Amino acid sequence: MNRKLALFGILAVACALTAHAAKLGAPASAPPSVTIAGGQFESVLPPAPNVKTTKVAPFRLDVVPVSNADFAEFVLKRPEWRRDRVAGLFADEGYLRHWASATDPGAAIAKQPVTQVSWFAASAYCEARGARLPRWYEWEFAAAASDKKPDARQDPDWRQQILDWYSKSARGALPVVGSTPANYFGVRDLHGVVWEWVEDAGSMLVSDDSREQGDPNRNRFCGTGALSFEQKENYAMMMRIAMLSSMKASYSSSSMGFRCATDTGKAP
Amino acid sequence: MKIRGLLGALCLGVALLAPVQASDRAASLYQLKESLQSQDGEPMGLDTWRGQPVLVTMFYGSCPATCPLIIDTLRAVEKKVDEPRRKQLRVLLVSLDHERDTPAALRKLADERRIDTARWTLAHADEASVRRIAAALSIQYRKLPNGEFSHSTIISVLDPAGKILVQSAELGHADPEVLKALNSP
Repeated sequence: MNRKLALFGILAVACALTAHAAKLGAPASAPPSVTIAGGQFESVLPPAPNVKTTKVAPFRLDVVPVSNADFAEFVLKRPEWRRDRVAGLFADEGYLRHWASATDPGAAIAKQPVTQVSWFAASAYCEARGARLPRWYEWEFAAAASDKKPDARQDPDWRQQILDWYSKSARGALPVVGSTPANYFGVRDLHGVVWEWVEDAGSMLVSDDSREQGDPNRNRFCGTGALSFEQKENYAMMMRIAMLSSMKASYSSSSMGFRCATDTGKAP
Repeated sequence: MKIRGLLGALCLGVALLAPVQASDRAASLYQLKESLQSQDGEPMGLDTWRGQPVLVTMFYGSCPATCPLIIDTLRAVEKKVDEPRRKQLRVLLVSLDHERDTPAALRKLADERRIDTARWTLAHADEASVRRIAAALSIQYRKLPNGEFSHSTIISVLDPAGKILVQSAELGHADPEVLKALNSP
């Protein structure tokens, strides 16, 4: 098993390096990102009742999540996002609470993914870089890949590997960013490290139509009902959606981080 | 006994600290600086009614059933607010549909529904602003492939400083919690 994993790792690094060499046209200061061509995609969260697939447009995605050190740079430039200055509307009491000080995460966690950040703060970070948070379908599209296949979701071995990662990630300190193998697209850490904010985190619970229902007080959704999942065997993705939909935009969690994305053709 | 005393002291400490923290971090909707446009095309911010109590929610103009019900619910609340506070009360409806709900479309809707735009504002915001406003109001929404929107209907009561006092998901009648917040001194 370990040998297999090690081989995975070596292959993945090789793939990632090739992907970098081929796809990175970004300025030197921008963090590494890759272009993902997108296409028709069957999400666990269908766009509407009786609509199975959605089209994911080409986009660029960061190879790794944002680290504490990255976020500290942002906070220095944009002090309104310091934990002692942030507006209460945008972040709860847990915001960056684990840092050594308001501007310094401390050396021990500098290279770990930043967590304890709200959706507002994550969005502002990406915007300051001329980027945005990835949309759920983009994130799910990228995360469907194993190291060899762009969509490995039907592959039982891959599924098992993901579930193993999830069960492991609950214990111990977070790994430094980039420590899991790169997937087919050259993206790392999508599984088994942290949950990640998406741009449309506030869209997770609503997917179908309930306008026919007589009493609107029976549920709090206009024109909609609760979420309807496809691919019920895809636990890992459903856990993600459950986590995202349970978080308000000002909430922070010790297991919620983020990475940034851009539309293609735009420098990240 | 000692432990209980210690706990008591701790609780007292927390109780003393809590209000200070709350005021430092008070969550006013007006901390969100977004550029909106009224139904008459006038540029405005979310804090256009600062200094007055405000009911705020989100909707979209082409919504066939529930959004008219939102307007009816807001009217039902308005009717049950005591004077002179009723004169003070303002209503802000921000559209989720940045493409179709142009100021002109919102003006048309206001006229059709006989909305008094001296006290009510139907506002247009761009896509990113819509996302942030919805996030701040805990309103979930999703654009459907047919161009309609699924969304939760949460009406928020703001105090004159923009602080969210109460949020209600009840439709069709005036929520007593909302009325309590608006009518309390």
